[in-house]
Amino acid sequence: MTSKTIKFEKLPDRLPPSNTVGWMAWVKTNLFGSVSNTFITLLFFYLIFLYIPPFIEWAFINANFSGSDRSVCDENKAGACWTFVKVRFDQLLFGLYFATNPDQMWRPIIAFIGFFGLLIPLMIDKTPYKKWLLITLLTIFPVFFLLIVRGGVFGIPDSDPSQWGGLLLTFTLAFVGIILALPLGILLALGRRSKMPVVKSLSIIYIEFWRGTPLITILFMASVMLPLFFPSGVEFDKVVRAMIGITLFQSAYTAEAVRGGLQAIDKGQSEASMALGMGYWQQTIFIILPQALKISIPSIVNTFIALFKDTSLVSIIGLLDLLKIAQNSSRSLDWNGYDIEAYMFAGIVFWIFCFGMSMYSQRLEKKLDTDRRE
Amino acid sequence: MSPNRIPLHRNPKLRSAIIQGLLLFVVCYALLSIYQTTIFNLEERGIKTSTSFFDSVAPFKVGFSPFLDYELGKTTYIEIFYIGVLNTILVAILGIAAATFLGFIIGIMRSSSNWLASRFSLVYVEIFRNMPLLLQIMFWNFAIFLAFLPPPKQSLEFGVFYLNGRGLQTPLPIIENSSNFNIWLLAILFSFIGVYFFRRWAKKRFFETGKTLPVFSISVVFIILFATIMFYALGGPLTIELPVLGKFNFKGGAQLPLPLFSLWFSLTIYTSAFIAENVRAGIASVSKGQIEAARSIGLSRSQMVRMVIIPQALRVIIPPTISQYLNLTKNSSLAMAVGYEEVVAVWANISLNQTGQALIIIAMTIIFFECCSLFTSFVLNIYNRRIQLSER
Amino acid sequence: MTNNQAENMNDDSTIISISKLNKWYGNFHALKDIDLSVNKTEKIVICGPSGSGKSTLIRCINRLEVHQEGSIIVDGVELNDDVKHINEIRSEVGMVFQHFNLFPHLTVLENCTLAPIWVRKKSRNEANQMAMELLEKVRIPDQADKYPGQLSGGQQQRVAIARALCMQPRVMLFDEPTSALDPEMIKEVLETMIELAESGMTMIVVTHEMGFANKVADRIIFMDEGQIVEQNDPETFFNNPESDRTKLFLSQILDH
Repeated sequence: MTSKTIKFEKLPDRLPPSNTVGWMAWVKTNLFGSVSNTFITLLFFYLIFLYIPPFIEWAFINANFSGSDRSVCDENKAGACWTFVKVRFDQLLFGLYFATNPDQMWRPIIAFIGFFGLLIPLMIDKTPYKKWLLITLLTIFPVFFLLIVRGGVFGIPDSDPSQWGGLLLTFTLAFVGIILALPLGILLALGRRSKMPVVKSLSIIYIEFWRGTPLITILFMASVMLPLFFPSGVEFDKVVRAMIGITLFQSAYTAEAVRGGLQAIDKGQSEASMALGMGYWQQTIFIILPQALKISIPSIVNTFIALFKDTSLVSIIGLLDLLKIAQNSSRSLDWNGYDIEAYMFAGIVFWIFCFGMSMYSQRLEKKLDTDRRE
Repeated sequence: MSPNRIPLHRNPKLRSAIIQGLLLFVVCYALLSIYQTTIFNLEERGIKTSTSFFDSVAPFKVGFSPFLDYELGKTTYIEIFYIGVLNTILVAILGIAAATFLGFIIGIMRSSSNWLASRFSLVYVEIFRNMPLLLQIMFWNFAIFLAFLPPPKQSLEFGVFYLNGRGLQTPLPIIENSSNFNIWLLAILFSFIGVYFFRRWAKKRFFETGKTLPVFSISVVFIILFATIMFYALGGPLTIELPVLGKFNFKGGAQLPLPLFSLWFSLTIYTSAFIAENVRAGIASVSKGQIEAARSIGLSRSQMVRMVIIPQALRVIIPPTISQYLNLTKNSSLAMAVGYEEVVAVWANISLNQTGQALIIIAMTIIFFECCSLFTSFVLNIYNRRIQLSER
Repeated sequence: MTNNQAENMNDDSTIISISKLNKWYGNFHALKDIDLSVNKTEKIVICGPSGSGKSTLIRCINRLEVHQEGSIIVDGVELNDDVKHINEIRSEVGMVFQHFNLFPHLTVLENCTLAPIWVRKKSRNEANQMAMELLEKVRIPDQADKYPGQLSGGQQQRVAIARALCMQPRVMLFDEPTSALDPEMIKEVLETMIELAESGMTMIVVTHEMGFANKVADRIIFMDEGQIVEQNDPETFFNNPESDRTKLFLSQILDH
């Protein structure tokens, strides 16, 4: 019996009906999909036309960029006074000392370039030798920073930290905070998972203590009481006091972030290590921590974002960070009344860094998720 | 186990005990010496650490004390502490209520099918999450409110609320007859209890006969009716006093001073961004399969939202949101920047400067916040245990 | 009949000697009065229904589980709380896990050389050389620089075997080594284990692979409810089981 095989003929692909694709269809579904949706869309259109054009006019079109004092701005009150930002730019970025000694400004500038030169490649996927970059950033760069910005050696004039200010101070506080808090946090996270009850309890008490109180109270404690904790004669620079408070505070949050990573590691990893004869520290350093830290990087970056924002609190204890300088400038005789521009500038600077880190952290989380599912 | 004696230095139990003992000793010794050095250093500066200053009169003025009577020249330091604590709790409760409300709206908007609404809330969240709270507080207070809010005569009107450069004028409930008022509160409490038993009975009836009652509507109507009837039966023990514009300022009603209003406003906007993110994550956590299943068994959209999406989404939303409530309470400590007299401003700052009793004052401030934190953990634990039980 | 064939064998060919071993998980009595003696180069297969305590037993041998009563002596070293003893025993006893447990952040080669370098204190060159030899023995030398995630399940398990062998153990324990593998990969792992057996390694294998047991085992032990029910050479075990429990188990396993 013969069976006939019918040759398969593929039907030609056609385009879908015109009213289901294209931007017209998109507008229809996403903006006018239902009665309530249409209403909401119209409401938003109304609000947008009401508020956005005046804002753009104020912030960009009519804004003042030229000049070196407030006369330009006072004449044209219809626009934002970015002249103020331009004039005070050095102060906002580097603080009083470097702004009043412009010949020394190369120092923080080089420090910034070095910092971002090391940091940005770390955030790009394709960079090789990431481990070495990170180690350099965490060990060699701080030394370099101290030499260049702090000075006192090689003929570079000394500038002590209480004279730093602006964005420089903000970055310094945040960076020192995270570098010191990270090893401390790792130890605490390990301690919290320890089987020894005393170690575990002390770790939990420490972590919950710092997490349960606001940073401003800690900064008060550091600023007012730290000198009292030690026999007289032990002096603490104001910036150092803030750094200590910030570090201890941050270590508790870092500990929780690392703990999340530790919990995600399969028990089989430590069993295999034990079966091979490795002791606790060998296991932890070679097997558990590398994997746990990789998993907890997004959480750690999130704590860093919070820390970066929290450094603004030092303005309350009198340190001249970016926020304080912006605030002082807007209250000074030269520029009184231009508060909006001052806070907007500071806000935009903070926003750029925080948003950037946040995007990076989200991207990392997605990447790590897909890595693990393989 | 064979009775071999393990050499002392290799016995893990002994090693562990020794390490822990040493650690405990070092920590206690360090804490004790810090404590003693601090007391000594304070004495060197002429400050004897004791709580006797609690009963001395505080020489500075506290402007806002809605719950405890304040009198310059009579109020003692310990009363100042209580005022500070109450003010913190006030702004925390106001902030939590407003931030939850706003946060849920923005979070639901984020999951809306309307592209504009969704993008708007995305922009909202990303803007306010990524700037320091202190900066936002200062921006709203100094750059906007103090600069632009009108004097009382030209207040911005919102129904019975008036916003001006001095603050927010609100209506104030006044208790005319306190014993009747208490009876009224008791009556309302009884009506809630009654509703509780009604619900239990209705559930039992449903399980036995399958007949349903609109329990929720009945309960609401009953409580409102009963409260109203009792209110008038008791001769109206409560009146609402509305603010009335006098010659220069408002008379009557209550006023939230501008610092409180600014702080509340900024805390609300900042925290609502985080709550909105939690809400979005909660809604997204309900898998598509759930929605498809609900649809295919014929549930209407509102039934599906009420019975399938909300319960599951809430499970993911509530724990981090409770943490945000704690954050808001802690963040209220930034009140100093705008001059609102909560516990950090009035106790850890002003009182500390006046008396120099650093150890006691800072310790009390920290203990207060730790208690808030413990309370939050306690609530979280109860919530987690409750949802575990209902899953079994 | 009796359960203890090698009861009084005290000559020096005994490498593992377990006597009156009892273990509890909380109130649950997981291992009851286990007596077992293993000789050098012996291949022992342990089988039984799940929950019978077979994994628990071999995990007690390298102290991944702690026993409360009885004694375990490995190559003359008593297994107790003494840290030195535990480490000695773990160096002499290698283990292969059901879920491989390779270290995902290290290459295959690094997986194998990590313990020899840091525990046995060998030089990197020595360790590398030995690792490559062993990777050749398990037939995947070309994968040395890959990461475990890039390998198939069968390849990963063979790496796990090589990793354990790099510590030059006297005894190899296998905890259901093929249970997590897709069927087409079971064969390559079993072949590796057979070659290992033929080279003279003392092996204790917990498995359901009865074909392997028949081929390789010197003794098959059947466990149920935390006890050793029966132990015999394969011929007797499969054809003339003594206990009714064994008969029931065999009928369930072999009838498909």
